[in-house]
Amino acid sequence: MIEPKVYQGLGLTDQEYKQIEKILGREPSLTELAMFSVEWSEHCGYSSSKKYLKLLPKEGKYTGFVGEDSGGIVVDDLAVVFKMESHNHPSQVEPKQGAATGVGGIIRDIFTAGARPVASLDSLRFGPLSQPYNKYLLKGVVDGIQFYGNCLGVPTVGGEIYFDESYSGNCLVNAMNIGVTDKNKLARAQAGGIGNPIMYVGASTGRDGIGGCSVLASAEFSEGEEKRPTVQIGDPFMEKCLIEATLETLDTGYVIGIKDMGAAGLTCSISEMAFAGGVGMDVVLDKVPLREKGMKPWEIMMSESQERMLVCVEKGKEAEIKKIFDKWELNAVVIGHVTEKKNIFIKYQGEIIADIPADSLTCGKIFDLPFEEPEYIKETRKLNLKKIKEEGDYDQILLELLAAPSLASKHWVYEQYDHMVQTNTMVLPGSDAAVIRLKGTDKALAATTDCNSRYCYLNPFLGSQISVAEAARNIVCSGGEPAAVTDCLNFGNPNKPDRYWQFKNCIEGIIGSCKALSLPVISGNVSFYNESPAGAINPTPTIGMVGVIHDRSHVTTQTFKDQGDVIILLGETKEELGGSEYLKKVHGKVAGDAPELDLDLEQRVQKTVLKAIQQGLVKSAHDCSEGGLAVALAETCISDRENFLGAEIDLPDISCRKDAYLFGETQSRIIVSCSEDKIEPIKNIAGKNNVPCAVIGKVTGDRLKISLEKEKLIDLSLSEIHEQWYTGLETALNS
Amino acid sequence: MFEVKVNVTLKKTVVDPQGLTVKHALDSLGYKGLDEVRVGKLVTFKLDLNDKVQAEKQVAEMCQKLLANPIIEDYTYIISEA
Amino acid sequence: MKVGIVVFPGSNCDHDCFYVSKDVFGHDTEYIWHRETKADKFDCIILPGGFSYGDYLRCGAVARFSPVMKSVIDFARKGGTVIGICNGFQILLESGLLPGAMLRNNTVHFICKYVYIRTGNNSTRFTGLCQKDQVLKIPVAHNEGNYYIDDQGYEKLKQNNQIVFRYSDREGNVNEKTNINGSRDNIAGIINKQGNVLGMMPHPERSSEPELCSADGAFIFRSMFQWIERNKK
Repeated sequence: MIEPKVYQGLGLTDQEYKQIEKILGREPSLTELAMFSVEWSEHCGYSSSKKYLKLLPKEGKYTGFVGEDSGGIVVDDLAVVFKMESHNHPSQVEPKQGAATGVGGIIRDIFTAGARPVASLDSLRFGPLSQPYNKYLLKGVVDGIQFYGNCLGVPTVGGEIYFDESYSGNCLVNAMNIGVTDKNKLARAQAGGIGNPIMYVGASTGRDGIGGCSVLASAEFSEGEEKRPTVQIGDPFMEKCLIEATLETLDTGYVIGIKDMGAAGLTCSISEMAFAGGVGMDVVLDKVPLREKGMKPWEIMMSESQERMLVCVEKGKEAEIKKIFDKWELNAVVIGHVTEKKNIFIKYQGEIIADIPADSLTCGKIFDLPFEEPEYIKETRKLNLKKIKEEGDYDQILLELLAAPSLASKHWVYEQYDHMVQTNTMVLPGSDAAVIRLKGTDKALAATTDCNSRYCYLNPFLGSQISVAEAARNIVCSGGEPAAVTDCLNFGNPNKPDRYWQFKNCIEGIIGSCKALSLPVISGNVSFYNESPAGAINPTPTIGMVGVIHDRSHVTTQTFKDQGDVIILLGETKEELGGSEYLKKVHGKVAGDAPELDLDLEQRVQKTVLKAIQQGLVKSAHDCSEGGLAVALAETCISDRENFLGAEIDLPDISCRKDAYLFGETQSRIIVSCSEDKIEPIKNIAGKNNVPCAVIGKVTGDRLKISLEKEKLIDLSLSEIHEQWYTGLETALNS
Repeated sequence: MFEVKVNVTLKKTVVDPQGLTVKHALDSLGYKGLDEVRVGKLVTFKLDLNDKVQAEKQVAEMCQKLLANPIIEDYTYIISEA
Repeated sequence: MKVGIVVFPGSNCDHDCFYVSKDVFGHDTEYIWHRETKADKFDCIILPGGFSYGDYLRCGAVARFSPVMKSVIDFARKGGTVIGICNGFQILLESGLLPGAMLRNNTVHFICKYVYIRTGNNSTRFTGLCQKDQVLKIPVAHNEGNYYIDDQGYEKLKQNNQIVFRYSDREGNVNEKTNINGSRDNIAGIINKQGNVLGMMPHPERSSEPELCSADGAFIFRSMFQWIERNKK
């Protein structure tokens, strides 16, 4: 007789337990109970999100493909596989190992698809650095990413880092990885062929992270310290050997299917591989290599020890596969075989410990949860600009914005990451998007992660639309054509109607932008229950985007290049301050609506810039985002330490408050620079696309001067601007 | 069977940046009066031998060959009955 | 000319070195798995960067005992050309082919960025194409690049002109400000007394093509390949 406290301790409700008894036609064994609890937990089952995730578009300009654990696009003869995943809760508890295993996990999803991982990006969010624990988290997470990623030889080339009160108590670590392979060499995570052996390869199994996904990821934080034992420990050296052994194994052609053991370990990989292949599996658990004594069968099934995979191999080829893993000094042992009966049948020490229909573990439930607009929205929308004082020392404001950790240079972070290994990095971290070349072709990939969670808080639908639009804009500024999206959706408790309303609206916003920009969502991840006693995080639908640069001569960076060049602003500025950094930093308000987004105009602006770049007319391109026009101009002057170039800007007079003109975050605006003889051709392209286009200044001198109708608004030396921006993050860390 | 504990530390003449970092961190946590903070390595293992003299010889060799880099590190060890 | 690139479990710049040797410079290039016991058919052996054996215990401490190292040491003793980059340099130090040892960066952090190194000796087979005191822009990426050698060893290095590269600024100034990791005398690369083995922390294979941020690394490869061609028996 299984007592309620047993299954409740595993995170199962009474209703779920009754369902399990119904499925099995009897009481479950302890192992079976554990298997259901991890598979049905939020993390694995996606119960609360499936309904809306199904609506995300899968079609776009590039041929997309979606596999079991990742997806991608086809570029010429290559398949570019990519995905982003969260590892939030473990990182909040143990930042170094949490981030490290997050990186390891996402990279495994990529190379099990048969692709060599070529680039990583990380989107990180923390509470303010004024709190010591947040400093500890930032340092720990960065240490974890460098510890794991550098050793693997996968360059960490981009990402973003933001600081906001809503993340205190629940940081976000979203890790993205991109891999490349021949388009005919993609691997599937399905078992197949009755009688084919199932091999366990990689590290031995220990007690790491037992129940991590059901206990940790499906429940809010109450007391961080207690959760420490359930965090996994990563070994990047082991994973590096695993990458090489796996890719060599896939080259043999004898692999039917392969899957990594991530969340819910053996339970997840066995049941999902069987289900995906429409088959069953017979497993003898005694064969699993263990590194701890006295492990119970349910512990073996639930263990989240890292760096392990499950491989379904052609019968008779086991020895050849084992030879490859022996070479790399990794375990490789047959633990079972594929069966016709679609059950997961597990024996241990001669006893049957599990006999479950494969589809009952994986399908889980699909919830139709209630949603309701949160009460705060009415309040925050009440932003009366007339009550916001316009006058101020704009020089001082610009310097303060640039020094703020969210906007300041992130060099302290990325100089700890090996961002050049594999010799593909054409644009180093710090520009609008990362650019990595595709050897053997003329092309390159541009990649970025984007999400302004403050906009999403104020208006989830519009905020998410903007996240997609901004990612595409960043790709375009680098000379690329936006191609496809992966998303990492981070929200609070979905059982609270206001959080679920945010989630639903964000998905709808993503769908809107992706459809307008012809972008398929080829992979992704959902992370719920990001809450602490202080409340939920801002809705944070992180968008990871990959674009294709058709000719490497198109690669463009954000900084000015030569004295005498002309500066052009494409797009138009509106009088908006809602959700801006300026409004928060200077006036202490998080209010208003997210900036307007006209998707049609956005598309035309992007088309104009990309065309101008492809025709060789543009020397630099940078979009306006947080901090508005003034911050974007400042960045363009000083983000290349070896080539400071000043600017004299004379803003065209429009009916707009000065502070909104300088710091408002109107969307769809891009600053380009070019030589004088290219102004007309650029204006022509803009004209054809009906895009507002204005020459606003010149690249000259060693100061940033911004005037409006002869009134000087900004006049700062580049060294002063650089000093604030370059040291902002480190200053906050050491304070 | 013997239980072996090997302590590997940087030579006193070698600057230890990790030790300095740890000292500063402890200092900022309020622990004053710290000096000569050094970070080293502890390697422990069981050695299946019966003769202690032989065990000592082997452990010394292991330290010289692999466990310590004699250019920059010193080592000490304790061998006890398991 | 045959170029061999040693691969240890955990090496991760082996593909990059292979690419530069084969695709950029057009030489016949092969990987040498660390368990191979013969490496004598090569004209040049490269020990690439990475984290051999995870950098566990000490960087290069375990790799130096790999079966292939006997052959590499033999090859070097006979005058063969060997270049060890980053982890490769660390392995050369641990195996005694070069003097000194590596410590943790004095910043205690991994550092990845483009740096400038000034050529201290342009008469070596690795720097023959460099001007005197030429400054090269080449990236570093390491946790343990803080080169240590005792006073006696240091005097010998200077006497025999074995210091090949030092961290400097763009103008070639070598001082504390330009020392990125605490290395003695800003040392970024050295050769053995015989002059046929070079160890350097910066990664020339990451900066050998104009398409990437710098092509200065090509000076080193080109010098080396040219010397080998001219001195082939």
